[in-house]
Amino acid sequence: MTIDWQAFQLTLQLAVTVSAILLLIALPTAYWIAFSRWRWKFLVEAVVALPIVLPPTVLGFYVLVALGPRSPLGRWWISLTGHTLAFTFSGLVIGSILYSLPFAVQPLAASFASVDRKLMAASATLGASPLRTFFRVIVPLSIPGLITAVALSFAHTMGEFGVVLMVGGNIPGVTRTVSIDIYDRVQVSDYAGANGTALVLLAFCFAVLAIVYGLNRKALALGPIK
Amino acid sequence: MRFVSCALAAAYLLSGTSVVWAQEKKNTPELVVAAAADLSTALQEIARNYEEKTSVKVKLSLGASGALTQQIQNGAPFDLFFSADMDYPRQLIGAGQADGASLYQYAVGKLVLWVPADSRLDVERQGMNALLDPSVKKIAVANPQHAPYGRAAVAALQHYGLYDRIADRLVLGENVSQAAQFVESGNAQAGFVALAHALAPGMQGKGKYWQVPAEAYPALAQGVVVLANSPHKKEAAEFVEYVKTKEAADVLRKYGFTVPE
Repeated sequence: MTIDWQAFQLTLQLAVTVSAILLLIALPTAYWIAFSRWRWKFLVEAVVALPIVLPPTVLGFYVLVALGPRSPLGRWWISLTGHTLAFTFSGLVIGSILYSLPFAVQPLAASFASVDRKLMAASATLGASPLRTFFRVIVPLSIPGLITAVALSFAHTMGEFGVVLMVGGNIPGVTRTVSIDIYDRVQVSDYAGANGTALVLLAFCFAVLAIVYGLNRKALALGPIK
Repeated sequence: MRFVSCALAAAYLLSGTSVVWAQEKKNTPELVVAAAADLSTALQEIARNYEEKTSVKVKLSLGASGALTQQIQNGAPFDLFFSADMDYPRQLIGAGQADGASLYQYAVGKLVLWVPADSRLDVERQGMNALLDPSVKKIAVANPQHAPYGRAAVAALQHYGLYDRIADRLVLGENVSQAAQFVESGNAQAGFVALAHALAPGMQGKGKYWQVPAEAYPALAQGVVVLANSPHKKEAAEFVEYVKTKEAADVLRKYGFTVPE
């Protein structure tokens, strides 16, 4: 039994890239959702939550067709990068960002919304700009939500399968992630290989989540004192 | 809250009654058929004709032959298995999961190199060498690990000594239909698909193809078997008999399969 470490490395790389980009996207989005008073805000919230409801096949279909070389958007991407989104690592990154967006935005938005408004008002009266208030008051008080958001985007991307199966093309080192590797092994009755790979993945994901929730407990304990 | 639980209870009861109702209707048996992805159009048409004749319903479940074999080995409730090769059915017979006496070679599949209609490649004239064109960045094939058409494509590439030169441009479809889809959507510039895909009504005018000569790859002799788990072995065998008729063979021929006379 051999384990495809290249697939592990690739999956890890994908999960880290996606979590980092999602954090950058989710911070302002969650802030806006938490504090905006726009009457149509609920529509944006619904759009953000869509990937929870939609099957990954819908997302995969859109990446292949709506963002494929037959569409204006896809042609624009090709003129920019020289290749299609399908069958590339950047394609998987974009698919995964869409797929995991709600898992990053929702915990953050909930955390931001629960910050005591009096503290924000105090920060403002002391002359802090909204940006400074955001980074010095809101974010430090939302550390548990921040950790949850990052952990969920990471975990969700590690476990991604449907989108990758539809748009990846199973290229070793580029788009053959661990979930695809396990699927292929089961398809050819390599149960020992599938088992070993699945076990490594299970142990790794448990370790990551245990560390995150351990840290989160600490952050919760420290949070209110700060 | 009470309203919600009442509604749920009502929905549950309703779904229960509809199950009973469906079972009562099952006097005419329904065949569940696992079929190789290259059969999508041909077998659908054959099944429709058969249904009109006998009122036996035939439901198709399409996939890569290797993937379907895997499902059958793990107890998938199929009555019949139409493979894209002879090895997978034999494997099932060897494991006691299919009836050896029922094995029948219903067709020989054809491999084609397919490019979109708007492609500047003259695949009809250039054949395999079209793949060396710099505009061909991705070439779709079915996953050779579990799809016979994928193995045929790899064998053909090796036959022409091209495999090592283009191996890094191959993208693998889950089965030969997905490989065709990769090309049809324009994401891959060329692909090895079944002739049946190139001739399917939905693909007319969407592409150009070059038929890979038979000597370039081991023949895609395709076999069907009745599965040991089937509760409808008699009806399944009758459907196989129908597939042997000229009427069914003509449908297979229409989609590019070679059928023994």
